Amino acid sequence: MGNKQTIFTDEQLDAYQDCTFFTRKEILRLHGRYHELAPHLVPMDYTNDPDVKIPLALIVNMPELKENPFRDRIVESFSEDGHGNLSFNDFVDMFSVLSEMAPRELKAIYAFKIYDFNVDNYICKEDLEKTLNKLTKEELTPEEVNLVCEKAIEEADLDGDNKLSFADFENMISRAPDFLSTFHIRI
Amino acid sequence: MPRHKLIASESDVSIEVDEGKDNEFSLYYVEVEENSKGGKEKQATRDGKRRRARNGEVSRRRASEKRTTNMANKRAEKKHEKHHKTTRKEGERHRKRQRRRIADEEEAEEESSKEKKNIKNERTKTLKLEDEKEKDVKKKRKKHVKNQEDDANPGKTKQKDCQDVPLKEKKKKRKKPETTSESESQSESQSESNSDSEAKDNQAVGVLGSLTPEELEKLKEAVDERKKLITTIKGKPWPMKKKLVILRESQEFVEKYEGALGKGKGRKLYAYKVLMMKKWMKFERDLENFKTACIPWEMKIKEIESHFGSSVASYFIFLRWMYGINMILFGLTFGLVMVPEALMGKPYGSMPRKTVPREEEASAMNFAVLWDFGGYAKYSVLFYGYYNNQRAIGWLKFRMPLSYFLVGVGTVAYSYMVVIRTMARNANEEGGGDDTSFNFSWKTFTSWDYLIGNPETADNKFASITTSFKEAIVEEQESRKDDNIHLTRFLRVLANFLVLCCLAGSGYLIYFVVRRSQKFALEGLENYGWWERNEVNMVMSLLGMFCPMLFDVISTLENYHPRIALQWQLGRIFALFLGNLYTFIIALMDAIQLKRAEEEIVKKNMTIWQANLYNGTVPDNSTAPPITVHPADVPRGPCWETMVGQVLGKSSSEFVRLIISDTMTTYITLLIGDFIRAVLVRFLNNCWCWDLEYGFPSYSEFDVSGNVLGLIFNQGMIWMGAFYAPCLPALNLLRLHVSMYLQCWAVMCCNVPQERVFKASGSNNFYMAMLLVILFLSTLPAIYTIVSFPPSFDCGPFSGKNRMFDVIQETLETDFPAWFGKVFSYASNPGLVLPFLLLLVLAIYYLQSTSKTYKRVNMELKKKLQTQNEENKKKNKLAALKAANELEQARKAGEQRSNSASDLGVNEESSSLDEAGHHRQAGQNGRLIHPSQSQHAQSSEPPVSSTHTTTRPPASRSHTASGHLPGTDGHALWLHCQKNGSQRGAGKCHGLLCPV
Repeated sequence: MGNKQTIFTDEQLDAYQDCTFFTRKEILRLHGRYHELAPHLVPMDYTNDPDVKIPLALIVNMPELKENPFRDRIVESFSEDGHGNLSFNDFVDMFSVLSEMAPRELKAIYAFKIYDFNVDNYICKEDLEKTLNKLTKEELTPEEVNLVCEKAIEEADLDGDNKLSFADFENMISRAPDFLSTFHIRI
Repeated sequence: MPRHKLIASESDVSIEVDEGKDNEFSLYYVEVEENSKGGKEKQATRDGKRRRARNGEVSRRRASEKRTTNMANKRAEKKHEKHHKTTRKEGERHRKRQRRRIADEEEAEEESSKEKKNIKNERTKTLKLEDEKEKDVKKKRKKHVKNQEDDANPGKTKQKDCQDVPLKEKKKKRKKPETTSESESQSESQSESNSDSEAKDNQAVGVLGSLTPEELEKLKEAVDERKKLITTIKGKPWPMKKKLVILRESQEFVEKYEGALGKGKGRKLYAYKVLMMKKWMKFERDLENFKTACIPWEMKIKEIESHFGSSVASYFIFLRWMYGINMILFGLTFGLVMVPEALMGKPYGSMPRKTVPREEEASAMNFAVLWDFGGYAKYSVLFYGYYNNQRAIGWLKFRMPLSYFLVGVGTVAYSYMVVIRTMARNANEEGGGDDTSFNFSWKTFTSWDYLIGNPETADNKFASITTSFKEAIVEEQESRKDDNIHLTRFLRVLANFLVLCCLAGSGYLIYFVVRRSQKFALEGLENYGWWERNEVNMVMSLLGMFCPMLFDVISTLENYHPRIALQWQLGRIFALFLGNLYTFIIALMDAIQLKRAEEEIVKKNMTIWQANLYNGTVPDNSTAPPITVHPADVPRGPCWETMVGQVLGKSSSEFVRLIISDTMTTYITLLIGDFIRAVLVRFLNNCWCWDLEYGFPSYSEFDVSGNVLGLIFNQGMIWMGAFYAPCLPALNLLRLHVSMYLQCWAVMCCNVPQERVFKASGSNNFYMAMLLVILFLSTLPAIYTIVSFPPSFDCGPFSGKNRMFDVIQETLETDFPAWFGKVFSYASNPGLVLPFLLLLVLAIYYLQSTSKTYKRVNMELKKKLQTQNEENKKKNKLAALKAANELEQARKAGEQRSNSASDLGVNEESSSLDEAGHHRQAGQNGRLIHPSQSQHAQSSEPPVSSTHTTTRPPASRSHTASGHLPGTDGHALWLHCQKNGSQRGAGKCHGLLCPV
């Protein structure tokens, strides 16, 4: 309290530590990163919880997200309004879910949101096509994309509605050997 | 905490919780809810001035009575004094009356440590009095009539009293933030929050007092649930804002009631417990952080991983793992053998085995000699020969020979243990992930590495993902068309035959060359030229160079999947290397035999020399102590053990040199190659016969498998020689350290990852299996030499003994009581050992057969699951169709019914319609999920579905969806469903649709 750098109060930091997988230092560093993104917008004093949001365009330019083909979707699915404007809370939330410590179930929920491009709570063929095109930079022919989508749905769809519900998705992703190791961002 | 948030939440906390979000708690919390609701109404009607007035009066009164009030209250008093002079007068009048009433209390108060609590009681009473009086002077203040009624009307029973307390607290809470915002004083708000929490406790106690035991139980449950929520909140898929709010609510709830649950001493204990818990959690957190910070080269490896993917990183992880093992081996040998000998053993030069002989003295410090572990290096703690056979050394009576022997055995045992344990763990991990039923979906959803932050790597990754998709597509199509299986079988057999021929040929070649070299060695190498001297090495390295290429060519015949092909390739190279290793071992054995023959001669000469020495120098005085010959001049045996250590050390350091030169050459060639490529490819590519960029002079690849093989063989050498040269683990440690940095650097600078698909997770056990084989094969010769050869007579810790393991016998006889030796001799009796071995074999057999059964059961279960999944698919399809039909019918029926029902009585109609409406609503919400609504359901509800993996009853989804209907009746319905038995209940709601 005595020293000057009171970005957060102790209670705030404790609350953040309880709500995320971060330590105190990491939260402060995250705030630093967030502040860096828009130094004019973001105040250094967060003790009275200012209502500041950073637009998507600024956030996807972070080096951690820049190369990610799903960067827009990531930011969108973590923003409260769904349009990619992130408040600091959302920002912390995002990196908490994507941190190494987050459990598989939590990651699966957000992975589902990210891959659900049209936000209809199902991953349908359209979403899969978009995912594939982003993954391969549209280097597969339409027939190939089609084949892959059909195969993927055939593999993972348990209830036969030709689209993946969250249950299907979770069932599939919970057995994927690489999911945990690849679905995280180091910040 | 942000203040304006506090205001909002403090007034609404309990209300919000009770009314809507968390239904679980509302049941146990009715009473409080009532209070808070009452309080809310009142608050709505009461104006701020009035509240402030009361607060000011209370604090003033307390101040005057107690004289011990804190600064905060005084300040508050001052502030409010002006506004409320009238109320003060009234208060003064009443104070006397009130004093009389609570005289007893006051006495206790002044002494007790629970001052504030009592103040609280007192304050409530004063408030009450005030209210009564207000009632009297009602006419004067017409503004507040309503509020006073609210306060005064309740009956004066004890029960009501405790209900009143929360009311007052509520009011106070409301006021507090305002006053603080006025004064902007930190200390004030703190002191107030202290008294606030006290107040809460009081309130809780009051509420608890009126609860029955069952309700108490429920409350406890609720508290536990909240606590659980607090610990698991970070795993909830809620937006942060909601998490923060819920966290705070739960913390407050727990604080409020948990403290009250334990009484008196228990409360303190509880607080202490909570504190310790928090400390412990923090400690664990820090420890975890520390642990991850301690993993060496983590960032480096991650960086490589993010550039070149997991296969290259797997090599470095393997390297790090080996480093860890060698670290422990080094710790054992260094701590238990080398350091004690260096500190407590006889110093250098005190005896022949610890001195450089005369003839070597001149060159003993030459770098070339030291580099080959000769000279001073040979006569130091680094090698077997230096150690003395003195049974106990130093003031600690350290049993050096015993320690040496046990450490030798221990290193090998530890290595076995670690390798096997790692293998078992890997096997477990693989067991989960070898399911290929989700090939495409896994590729789609998990192939992108979110860690990648480098544009070039991202490009690589895009390319590799594309190729992997294409491969998978081709494979899929191929598996459908299923080409000529006989041809591929024939080709595979042919390929294996060819490889076997190659191996046999190279084996014979090595054997032939080794025999020839032995012949040369017997005749004396001086007569032969360079080729004859280096024949064995040359042949071996030539074989090592060309055979893998040959194998590669042959493996194209087989038409395996690249990953499997690579494993075959590695296996074959491994076999070749083994041949290599064993010729090396055979040569070593021969050398040992030679040295031992030499030793016999030296032994004979020794006695002659000694006799000469005594006869020549001290003829007359036989009782005098033996004359001192400088230890460097004493003749000595060849000490084959040191030789073995030296040779192995040399070959191991050969690896270091190899790696350094390898890295340098790669780098230089790449620099040049890059330049040439830049020039040539630019200008010559158009008129060249092949594509230069992808053809011959392209970037060199980072050969993961080759490097792993090198690492494994080197480790084999270390294991073999560690007994004879305690320095070898240290040497290896150094080597691994160097190669870690060098190779990291080389990889980051110039190498491109291997094109071949090599999945790290799948191949780990392959490496481990090779390591285990090497470990076994390299400990065999070491054990053989220990068991069958007598140790040298004049060097090493076991000199003078018949066999090295005699040291155990000796220790048993001298250092343990007699009965122990007896027991041991009985235990080592074949009559006991054999049954024990038999028992072991039986146990192994039993375990193996049970594991087989488990495997089979596992397979069966898997099959069952698969069939069930397929059935479910079919069933669900049917059900979906059926439900659609039913819905259609129901709608029609409903319309007809409502038409006909309009003729019937009003009551009947309304009730039936109501019912129908309910069911339809349930059905609709269960089946067709509105986007926004279902999203809400998903985001706000903990994932019920996560517990079910594959065999989920179809009803569960409809349950989750129906959980959150907009409006209150939907809510009630949900509660009903929940009571009825969770999913089944929801299923019923769904099924009820048709009869309506």
